Amino acid sequence: MRHFVWERYWSVVKKEVIQIKRDRPSLAIALVMPLMLLFLFGYAVNTDVNDIQMAVWNQSPSAASRELVDQFVNTRVFEVAAHVSSYKEIEAMLDDGSVNVALIIGPDYTRKRDRNEPVDVQMLINGSDPNIARTATSQAQLIVQHQAITLQEMKLQKQGLGELEQPLGLDTRVLFNPNMESIVFNIPGLIGLIMQNVTMILTAFSLVREKERGTMEQLIVTPIRPLELMLGKITPYVGVGLFSFCLVLLVGTYWFGVPIKGSISLLVTLSVLFLVTTLLLGIFISTVAKTQLQAMQMAFAFILPSVLLSGFMFPRDSMPLVIQWLGGLVPLTYFLEILRGIFLKGVDIDALWKDVVGMSSFCLLILTVAILRFRKKIE
Amino acid sequence: MNTAIQCEQLTKRFGDRVAVNSLTLTVPRGSIYGFLGPNGSGKSTTIRMLCGLLTPTTGKGTVLGFDVMSQSEEIKQRIGYMSQKFSLYEDLTVEENLDFYAGVYRLGAGERKERKAELIEMAGLTGREKQLAGSLSGGWKQRLALSCALLHKPELLILDEPTAGVDPVSRRIFWDVIHELARQGITVLVTTHYMDEAQTCDWIGFIFFGNLLAEGTPQELIDRMGVGNLEDVFIDLVRQEEARQAAGEGVR
Repeated sequence: MRHFVWERYWSVVKKEVIQIKRDRPSLAIALVMPLMLLFLFGYAVNTDVNDIQMAVWNQSPSAASRELVDQFVNTRVFEVAAHVSSYKEIEAMLDDGSVNVALIIGPDYTRKRDRNEPVDVQMLINGSDPNIARTATSQAQLIVQHQAITLQEMKLQKQGLGELEQPLGLDTRVLFNPNMESIVFNIPGLIGLIMQNVTMILTAFSLVREKERGTMEQLIVTPIRPLELMLGKITPYVGVGLFSFCLVLLVGTYWFGVPIKGSISLLVTLSVLFLVTTLLLGIFISTVAKTQLQAMQMAFAFILPSVLLSGFMFPRDSMPLVIQWLGGLVPLTYFLEILRGIFLKGVDIDALWKDVVGMSSFCLLILTVAILRFRKKIE
Repeated sequence: MNTAIQCEQLTKRFGDRVAVNSLTLTVPRGSIYGFLGPNGSGKSTTIRMLCGLLTPTTGKGTVLGFDVMSQSEEIKQRIGYMSQKFSLYEDLTVEENLDFYAGVYRLGAGERKERKAELIEMAGLTGREKQLAGSLSGGWKQRLALSCALLHKPELLILDEPTAGVDPVSRRIFWDVIHELARQGITVLVTTHYMDEAQTCDWIGFIFFGNLLAEGTPQELIDRMGVGNLEDVFIDLVRQEEARQAAGEGVR
């Protein structure tokens, strides 16, 4: 009496499959929603900083000053949005957000350059978005430094001293995502985020729906065990989730052009573990919620922490330790490492076993809690 | 052992409200026990405690020799239960509902086929096997629910207002089935508001405000109250109890 009975489990699976097939709209949502979300967010979530809007106040128009402005534009980090002729105009534009930086070339620029005297240009930066401000500062510094070295070289050549030799150089090589495109980093994360939330909602309703419709009462007076019922309920959804996962995987690789470097079979295997975990999380919500509306609210309440704590938006390494632990309660945290590892780095299970163990433990934990929460009573 | 259900001082409280007040009750095996009482008197709560759906607050109870506090899973394998509200899957067909419960009660393939045929025949559902349960009318739904509750040949059948809102023909079929089951030795505990149904029970228990007010065969109750029929027994008992409670409050 006390152990798992396959016949009862299998009855639940068959019943759920029939119900899913009859409920076409819900099935369509489960399959189409991840695709739509991936298309939407694939374009929306972009952390690349380029085309920073720049106002230019060139008080000393000449070939030399225009060359400097061109250097800024050529990097594609800056884009000239307006030519202005006073600080007042610049302030107004920074205030209303039409530009984020302003380049000011003083009236003595051309004269001092002609005489080979040192000269400064000024840049005003809107620091309210630190990400843009940091990029603007470092890029502007590089551009000016580079221009200064070029000028120095020309000066030395004129004096007949030959080429300027750099005493120290840095040779960088970016691995895994050589062009440092944020889309390559974001698409795998998005796939995980979307799959977590869509599959969690699928099962978050399942037990509550039976409670609301009254079918739970009949089920409780049978000898069925909570584990048989819960596993029976998630099994068909693992199939639905996996199909949906493969669809978004195809869109990610072929539409957004983010190739999978590692083993696809490993990715699919681990995604099954992930789907089981998120579906069980949905079941857990279902044991806590009293109505379908409550289940919906709880599922949504879970989405924001999973975006912010999982490492999807911000790197977890820079979070305080307590927050990092909290992130361990989000299955996406583990799956993000797995997705990015297999997608971008092409790593093997050797590099991912910690996340696999973490996710498996979380899966067992949530299953245990759900079973303890689920009473075969109607109180 | 000749008792199917035995409870002593069974009590259920929801917060401050006492739903069932130290109920002592014996249902002999093989009998039909009619459980009567006004709405909200504690009938359903008692039934739910016996089925293991609710845990009693205090008291003792055994169903088929198993303790309701600690052995509810053993009880569940041996009883059939039908609730007041239709609680099968409306988006499954008649046959799919039967198949599901046959699996849950672990019927073997041969037995499953045999029982399904027998019960569809008994409930008069022949020809409706592929119809969605949700599209059945009230009487048909109840007969399907009864079939599902009988699949595993329970020793005890517990029915909570099985014929509420059901047409006379379905009611007659329903009660014919109940009497037939009793002849086969199955114990039936049934609640009802129809006195003509109660009249055919072997035993009657009358419950009001969570207290068992009277118990006996229908004829015993009629004789004891000195009235003409069960309906008058019902009404007199309710009036007496209300008067007694009002007087009790007056003293306080």
